[in-house]
Amino acid sequence: MNKSTKQAGAGSSGTSRRERTIDIVNKRLEKRYRNEKRFRLYGLLSIMASVAFLMFLLTSIVGNGYTAFLQTYIKLDVQLEQGMIDKENPGRSDFQGIIKQAIRAYYPEVNDRKERRELYALFSSGAAFQLRDAVLKDPALSGTTVSLWVLADDDVDMLMKGHIKRDVPESERRLNNRQLQWIGKLEAEKRIEKRFNTTFFTAGDSREPELAGIWGAVKGSFYTMLVTLALSFPIGIAAAVYLEEFAPKNLATDFIEVNINNLAAVPSIVFGLLGLAVFLNFFGMPRSTPLVGGIVLMLMTLPTIIIASRAALKAVPPSIREAALGVGSSKLQVVTSHVLPLALPGMLTGTIIGMAQALGETAPLLMIGMVAFIVDVPGGFTDPAAVMPVQIYLWADSPERAFVERTSAAIMVLLAFLISMNALAVVMRKRFERRW
Amino acid sequence: MKKTVTLAAFLLLLAGSLSVIGCGPKAGQPGKEEQAAGETGQAGEEMQSARDYISIVGSSTVYPFATVVAEQFGKTTDFKTPKIESTGSGGGFKLFSAGVGVEHPDITNASRRIKKSECEKCAENGVTGVVEIKVGYDGIVMANSKKAEPFKLSSKDVFLALAKEVPNPSGAEGELVPNPYKTWKDINPELPETKIEVLGPPPTSGTRDAFVELAMEAGAKEFAWIKALKKEDKDKFKQISHTIREDGAYIEAGENDNLIVQKLDANPDALGIFGFSFLDQNTDKMQGAFIDGVQPAFEAIADGSYPLSRPLFFYVKKAHVGTIPGMSEYLTEFTSEKAWGDEGYLTEKGLIPMPKEEREKYAKVAKELIAISCDEL
Repeated sequence: MNKSTKQAGAGSSGTSRRERTIDIVNKRLEKRYRNEKRFRLYGLLSIMASVAFLMFLLTSIVGNGYTAFLQTYIKLDVQLEQGMIDKENPGRSDFQGIIKQAIRAYYPEVNDRKERRELYALFSSGAAFQLRDAVLKDPALSGTTVSLWVLADDDVDMLMKGHIKRDVPESERRLNNRQLQWIGKLEAEKRIEKRFNTTFFTAGDSREPELAGIWGAVKGSFYTMLVTLALSFPIGIAAAVYLEEFAPKNLATDFIEVNINNLAAVPSIVFGLLGLAVFLNFFGMPRSTPLVGGIVLMLMTLPTIIIASRAALKAVPPSIREAALGVGSSKLQVVTSHVLPLALPGMLTGTIIGMAQALGETAPLLMIGMVAFIVDVPGGFTDPAAVMPVQIYLWADSPERAFVERTSAAIMVLLAFLISMNALAVVMRKRFERRW
Repeated sequence: MKKTVTLAAFLLLLAGSLSVIGCGPKAGQPGKEEQAAGETGQAGEEMQSARDYISIVGSSTVYPFATVVAEQFGKTTDFKTPKIESTGSGGGFKLFSAGVGVEHPDITNASRRIKKSECEKCAENGVTGVVEIKVGYDGIVMANSKKAEPFKLSSKDVFLALAKEVPNPSGAEGELVPNPYKTWKDINPELPETKIEVLGPPPTSGTRDAFVELAMEAGAKEFAWIKALKKEDKDKFKQISHTIREDGAYIEAGENDNLIVQKLDANPDALGIFGFSFLDQNTDKMQGAFIDGVQPAFEAIADGSYPLSRPLFFYVKKAHVGTIPGMSEYLTEFTSEKAWGDEGYLTEKGLIPMPKEEREKYAKVAKELIAISCDEL
């Protein structure tokens, strides 16, 4: 206070000597308020900008993708005559043929070969598999007429969802006027409707959009993450505890520390190249499997986990260590029964954030062959598998229009996973956190 | 907190046992393939875990077709669905030629023929029986948004618009100048007066290779002295006809053809270069440019009148047929009329079928596994 008066006194000439400190403060007060107001405004604006970007992203994803959760089905009366189903081996019957016959029966007026092909194109090739499943489940259906809701082709689906316009010239749509007429007949008889798309959540990848699902990728991600967690959590925690609690402070540990910090910033594709060279070429592990993917992602998440764990260990007050040592605990006892329990919430948070990062990674997986078309849902660690971000990438690159909405829907599923993982991290922290 | 320690120890153990499983079946079956193929690299002998699915790599252009066949094959037979990676033609050959054994792919797809050097690399690594199967044709289109008029280009126009160096407009022979053309009208008075703006694939793409060979070379040959150069100085000819300008008129838009379609929709003045199947799926938004008077359409590509079309192939390791389950059945599925025939399911995905005699020829090659020899290439 004194100082500022002096400065003010020195600044103004002798005439204003009578000016009191409070006046000077008052004079600048308004400017100071304005400054603060402006600063707050900047902060608010940047928050608003980021929220706007986020909202834009989310609305565009949800707006593009919500229709993928519905799928168009067509009701078809399938006549299963006695001879049609192979008695010995019902799964081997000609279901495609039976479906085609049922379609012909519904549209008896279509006889031309080319027109018939156009007619069959309205139904998904998955219809035969639906019929097969129904017959295998209930063999008594043989000899009866079954009313089955079968999958519509993706072009029909796009039309029903309004992505293909009916009013454009015939040459500019993938469905011609005849096909629209046939669909009109279905609509008039209420044989076509949109239902919840269960296939999307139960099937693996497919080149037919109406048969493609995210489940294969979800399971692939699950197995990959399991391997990553099983390896990176124990190794990361052990490394952090050793470095923080036991290691001598010397040049060697400094060197290691610098390297860990550097590794955390290495582009992830580099880990993929390493994985290709070491795990595939040298150890000869199987390509495209969650096992190798998990190990590569483990390399990527380890630095994150180690850094977060060390920060958590540092945050435990030294008084706790000293008190434990004071009552005669050994160094190991101090760590295992005092320091580690207190640092664990922070470590878990770091681990989950590292895992969430690994869940969204594709670049390292490209090199080890996990960016691949895989239809069968993986059943273990050594089955070929894709992961969710890879599935999104592959669908985004497919020419069929119906994959656009499926891409967005897959992004929503991935976001749901990420949000729940981050929520888990918050809950863990809140539950186990202790303050001093 | 003993529990934490036990937990950590358990997780460590789990991790350890996992890595053991991974490296486990090291001395599995001493490979039959090796005997068949003669010498192999040591890595092949070290690791022989069984693989019960077909592993396919290669071109992103063949990928949309191969995946459909694979899916059909997986659903209609008892074999597992093949795994297909889209690595690009060159990347596919690299993996394919690395050796014989379950850790190497069985089939590689390609949007161009195998090169002599690649074939020799195969032989070097013990991959002796390589069977070549032509699948069909693919068209490369130059397309723009339906909001604008369709372009009518000649291959000469394409060359002049996109080459880095073009013959001097004054007509002096043998003289090259950096590409001076800014608008289409500068090249050909019949073309619109819009800025030259072409979105296309990067140099790593097979589509780009084929485009350069088919369109740019043909355009360059319209100049007699450049055509003559082809015989005298092949490298110089290639340099003139294969180098695309880098001053911003040609924009590398990445390998994602869907992205190019979206960008074209937003910018009606621009032209894009991509595969025919993407035009086929987006006929409501895009129109193909006429090249030398022919618009890209299914029939025009099939009968060869549309100039920018190229054959697609896949290559099979003979030594793997019989070792990897389902190999010969997959070949049968791919070469069946219901797949690659005139009305097969691949044509619905945009593949242009081969003439019937050619289909029969390659179906026979697939059945009898007739290998190619590197000297033919």
